[in-house]
Amino acid sequence: MTVRLSKPWRPFDHATVATLTGHLGVYELGNTAGDVLYIGAAGGRSRFGLKGQLMDRLAADLDGACCFRVEVNMAYHSRRIELLEIYLNDHGQLPIYNTDVDESRLGRVRPG
Amino acid sequence: MDLALTDEQRLIIDQVRRFVREEIIPLEDDLDPDADELPGEQFERLVAIVKDMGLYGLDTPPEYGGPDIDLVTRSLIAIECSQHRAGLYAPCYYTFGGARQAQLFEATEEQKQKYLYPMLRGEKRVFFGLSEPSGGSDPARAIQTRAVRDGDDWILNGTKLWISGADRADYGLLFARTGGPGRSGVTAFIVETDWPGFNIARIVHTLRSAKYATEIHIDNLRVPHANILGSEGGGFAIANDRLSRQRIPYAAECIGVAVKANEMAVAYSKIRETFGAALASRQGIQWMLVENEIDIRMMRWLVLDAAFRADQGESFRTESAIAKLQCAELASKVIDRSMQIHGGLGVAKDLPLERWFREMRIRRIGEGPSEVQKHVIARDILGAGLR
Repeated sequence: MTVRLSKPWRPFDHATVATLTGHLGVYELGNTAGDVLYIGAAGGRSRFGLKGQLMDRLAADLDGACCFRVEVNMAYHSRRIELLEIYLNDHGQLPIYNTDVDESRLGRVRPG
Repeated sequence: MDLALTDEQRLIIDQVRRFVREEIIPLEDDLDPDADELPGEQFERLVAIVKDMGLYGLDTPPEYGGPDIDLVTRSLIAIECSQHRAGLYAPCYYTFGGARQAQLFEATEEQKQKYLYPMLRGEKRVFFGLSEPSGGSDPARAIQTRAVRDGDDWILNGTKLWISGADRADYGLLFARTGGPGRSGVTAFIVETDWPGFNIARIVHTLRSAKYATEIHIDNLRVPHANILGSEGGGFAIANDRLSRQRIPYAAECIGVAVKANEMAVAYSKIRETFGAALASRQGIQWMLVENEIDIRMMRWLVLDAAFRADQGESFRTESAIAKLQCAELASKVIDRSMQIHGGLGVAKDLPLERWFREMRIRRIGEGPSEVQKHVIARDILGAGLR
C-alpha cells in the first residue's frame, strides 16, 4: 500500500470537478509546479462528498490552485491526518492553505 | 457482593452523566462524525470543568494527585463517559485526563522526573509499544524486536504494529527481546520519539475513527541502559499487569455505548410507525429490546463483579477476562439490534450507531481477542497444566 497520495493531478476546474462522485475521502490541491497547497477531506457532514468539497474550494478561488487529486477513502479522518503528518515531516510546515489545522496537535509520519 | 451504589457514587455518576449530556453531546452536533478530538479552546474549557469536579486524571493514583476512587466507581464512570458518538475510543474526548501509562509509576525516581510527571501534568504524550506484526496477544513468544547491549546503551531493531498515538507521542514504552525465547527474554524500554532510528512508517487505517494505530520501524535505535523500565528481562510482567487491569474499564466502556444505543432504539421504536402501528407494538421489535436489556444488565453485573473483586484485593483475572469477553460480544449484539430497529437511518452517518458498530467490532480483538479471553478462563478452570 502506498502511503503518499499518488493519484494523478487533474485540472482544478468546474468541468472536471463536476465529474467527481459524492464519495467520502481525501484530496489535495496543487499549483502548476505540483506543490501541494491544501490537504482536505470530505467527511461525514459533507453534503455532496468529494464533489461538494471541491466545488466549495473552487468557489473560494484559492490563489495558485490549478490542479487536484482525490482518493475515495472511508477512513478519511485518519488518512487526512496521515497526509498532513507526512507533509509536515517532509517540509517542516503545513501547506499554505491549511490554516484550518493546528500544527502543534499533529505528530510525525516518516514513510521513508 | 453489594452492588447498591453509595451516596458518593450516585453523586459522581449524576455529575458525569450531566457533563456528558450537557457539555459533550451538544458539541458533537458541529463535529465531523468521525472526529476524535475537540477544538483546543473547547478542550481546555471542559478540562477545567472536570478538574472542578475533582475527577481529572482518573487513572492516576491519589499519591500522584489523582482522585481517590475505587475500581467499581471507575467502572461506573467509564459506563457514563462512553455514552456519546466518539465515546468508545475517545470517552469525553480525553477531558478526564486521557489514558495513562500505569507502568511508569514503577519507574525509578530519575525516570519519573523525566517521563512520569510531565505525562501526569498533561504536557507530554505517551505510547505503549507492545504488539508486532508477529502478534500481540502472546508477547512472550511474539516479540521479535531485538535489543543488543552496546556499552551503556542498547541498540534496538524491529517493527511494532497497531500502536495507538505513537505519531503524536513524545515518548513511550517499547518492548524488545534482550534474552532468549519466552517471558524472561523481554525487556521494557522508555524511548523518545525524536531519537534517530525511531520512525512512524504509516498510520494503519481501520474501522476505528478514533485513536488510530501506527506502524513503527525501529532502525538501530540507541537507548541508554538507564531507560530500562523495571529490570532487564522483566518486561513481560510489566506488559501483563497492564493487560489484566485495563480489561475492566475497557469492558465498562462497551456498556455505555450499548446503553445509549438501546436508549435510542427504545425511543425510536415508539415513534416510528410501520403498517399503521408503532414499531414498539411488534413482538419482533419487543424481543430485540428485551434481549438488549438482558445483555446490558448481564454486562453491568460482570464488570462490577470483576471491579469489586479487584477492589477487595482478590484474584480477578478470570472475572476481568469474562467481563471483557462478554462486554465486547454482547455490546456488539445490542448495537446491531438497535441498528436494525432504526432501519436505513441506523447505517447512516447521521446517527452514531454506524460508528459504534464499526468501532465495537474492534473490541472483540483489541486488548486480547475473545478467543484469548476464553483461553485465560479455560486455563484458570483447568489449571496451569494446560499451558
